[in-house]
Amino acid sequence: MLSRTADHLYWMARSIERAENMARVLDVTYNMSLVPNAAESEAGLWLPALEISGNVEAYERDYEEYSATDVIHYLAMDMNNPSSIYSALRSARENARAVRVAMTSETWENINTLWLEFGQFTGQDFTKSGLREFCDWVKARSHLFRGVCFGTMLRDDAFSFVRLGTFIERADNTARLLDVKYHLLLPSQEEVGGAVDYYEWSAVLHSVSAFHAYQKIFSDTIVPWRVAELLVLRCDMPRSLHACFDEITPILEQLSGVRSSESRRLAGELHAKLHYGQMNDIFQNGLHEFLSVFIESNNLLGSEIQRTFLNAAVN
Amino acid sequence: MQKSAPQFFDEMQLDDSAVRDIYSAYNSWLQNVPHQQLATKRAEAEVLFRRVGITFNVYGEEDGAERLIPFDVIPRLLSAKEWAQLSAGAIQRVRALNMFLHDIYHKQEIIKAGIVPASILANSQYRPEMFGVDVPNQIYAHIAGIDLVRTSESQFYVLEDNLRTPSGVSYMLEDRKMMMRLFPELFRRYSIAPVEHYPQVLLNNLRAVAQSGVQDPTVVLLSPGAYNSAYFEHAFIAQQMGIELVEGQDLFVRNNAVYMRTTQGPQRVDVIYRRIDDDYLDPLVFNANSMLGVPGLLSVYRNGGVTLANAVGTGVADDKATYIYVPAMIKFYLGEEPLLENVPTFELSKQDDLQYVLAHLNELVVKEVQGSGGYGMLVGPAASKKEIEEFRIRILSRPSSYIAQPTLALSTCPTLVEKGIAPRHVDLRPFVLSGKTVTLVPGALCRVALKEGSLVVNSSQGGGTKDTWVLEGELENLTQQVTEIKKTRAKNTTVEEQVC
Repeated sequence: MLSRTADHLYWMARSIERAENMARVLDVTYNMSLVPNAAESEAGLWLPALEISGNVEAYERDYEEYSATDVIHYLAMDMNNPSSIYSALRSARENARAVRVAMTSETWENINTLWLEFGQFTGQDFTKSGLREFCDWVKARSHLFRGVCFGTMLRDDAFSFVRLGTFIERADNTARLLDVKYHLLLPSQEEVGGAVDYYEWSAVLHSVSAFHAYQKIFSDTIVPWRVAELLVLRCDMPRSLHACFDEITPILEQLSGVRSSESRRLAGELHAKLHYGQMNDIFQNGLHEFLSVFIESNNLLGSEIQRTFLNAAVN
Repeated sequence: MQKSAPQFFDEMQLDDSAVRDIYSAYNSWLQNVPHQQLATKRAEAEVLFRRVGITFNVYGEEDGAERLIPFDVIPRLLSAKEWAQLSAGAIQRVRALNMFLHDIYHKQEIIKAGIVPASILANSQYRPEMFGVDVPNQIYAHIAGIDLVRTSESQFYVLEDNLRTPSGVSYMLEDRKMMMRLFPELFRRYSIAPVEHYPQVLLNNLRAVAQSGVQDPTVVLLSPGAYNSAYFEHAFIAQQMGIELVEGQDLFVRNNAVYMRTTQGPQRVDVIYRRIDDDYLDPLVFNANSMLGVPGLLSVYRNGGVTLANAVGTGVADDKATYIYVPAMIKFYLGEEPLLENVPTFELSKQDDLQYVLAHLNELVVKEVQGSGGYGMLVGPAASKKEIEEFRIRILSRPSSYIAQPTLALSTCPTLVEKGIAPRHVDLRPFVLSGKTVTLVPGALCRVALKEGSLVVNSSQGGGTKDTWVLEGELENLTQQVTEIKKTRAKNTTVEEQVC
């Protein structure tokens, strides 16, 4: 298929996934804000949300304080924030429109409808009301998007690039979420098991739809290292790093065909770490270190995919 | 319903009382449908069109300025007999135009015979680069849109030929799909010729014009991209044909061949259905600033390394200055009498014609040659004194840049407007496809001027579209069918009642 088409499909899927993850973070942070004494200050609550999205610096250029109103606006609706839900969905729709030929009409109509429906949320003050409904809507549209792709698209390269975009983005987001939360919560280790801790960690689980999975698998108190295990190594947990690479690796094998490619090697290496790695070893060397390296490698993989398949420079 | 103005032929009604035969079944259906219900259907159509993204971009407007071309739910009907005449005429015309294009870029016999003046070679749409270049099957206009208007029961005129990158066929296809969705009962009642196979016919033709020796040609559609006003159509047609929709940046030239950049490396392209004007095709030859084209494309094309559809240089045949010679071309190349008439046309380069036109500006339509889109024209009867005087100055400064035609009493067709159903002027653009053979699918883009009294149907000037139904079979059969359906319905009703 055309490299440009593949590029648009890949980024379309990444943008939708990004919007969904942003909605998850916003939703959970907002819920936390309703728990008394969840954080020492409003900033203590909302700053991590910015850290997860990785754009604290850009935020500080435009805003003065980490108030709920400002952070919510920045992450949900700010047109100048390339990672806001608004920007991500807009980019998804622009990408889709550029290659509507390459997808089924159901897929295109789904994204076009998403963008038309988005209009109803603009101008709302989410600090007062409607944030949950908005986040639910974003998540639902993202589920619908994946469903319509899965249910209608031919299993060809176009489908592969859509899936690739979804899982590269998801792996990045899950790793960032865990890293920020773990980093933040670990100092209070001595109080593990306390009420606030429970809420924080259950919030993390909720944000990746893993609360019930945790209960089902461990049926025990929520403790940080188990949350980490669930989100890193469990291959049956659909938003875990391992699960993402279970999807990514075979796609790159298939796309590369007989060609050897750096992206295939990188993916294989990461997959092996997640497939054969043990939580004890990861903790011994530091979860933060592990996640930092992972985020970096995952980014590198993204660049390699871009270089090999999507830019297709001709020599 | 408002009565149609008496001086215009109405597609549905002969006069105040009599409905034309082909419309009788439709009319009796229409009489029983409240206008509110039609308006609801139209609103439903708009939601669907928007969801599908059948929109066109408006240049220079803010984000989100994607507009719908208004869609009218009342179809235009043509009988099988009318269609047979129109399609034969359109095919004849396109055959002659293709022969003309081959001739004008080779021996130029029509000029030697004194039928077309040599001045045509100075037309800016004539491409000297094409002289002596052989194109497969000697076909230049693979896709031609012939604009037809009607002034009476039997009188059709060709208003213009579109031989460069004619657009609008997606509306023919999408309007039909919409009508079948909104009014399935009408499709059961009428036997309406299908148009859905258009993309298949086009694809077969495009494959047939690949350079000889190519076994399984790769066909692509070259579009200026997502910000072009006709992007939806490009995407739609490419998808219907199952071919890649490419932009200039996706293609490159190497070793006298055109390739596209794919995720699996370069892939050879054999036929390019291009929706980019000549001027933007190749920055090395034409407009050097063009970012839309492919550097080196024309050189490959001239050497026979790739086929372009339509060919480069077709604009010389559809220019308004050339239009007047088309009937003579038909006689010259085919030895046949033209089946479709041209609109009588004044050439302002001729002194007599110029004097007449200047004295009758308020009655005539004056058009700029090499213009398009309805901007460079004056519709005398609809223009203000000031507009007429301004146009007079423009004409006088360059008389040979203009032609003039009588203001045609374009036929009207019942149309759903705010006040209810009212007559609005329409035209018709069937698409003639040339490849192995010259054919057209039984249907057309029907454009309707939604403004009361307006004769300008262009979408850029507020025109809308209608589905065009070519009725299959003879009228007698049709009337019979309708009667039978009515009988069956009556029977069914009785049965249902009994069951109840």
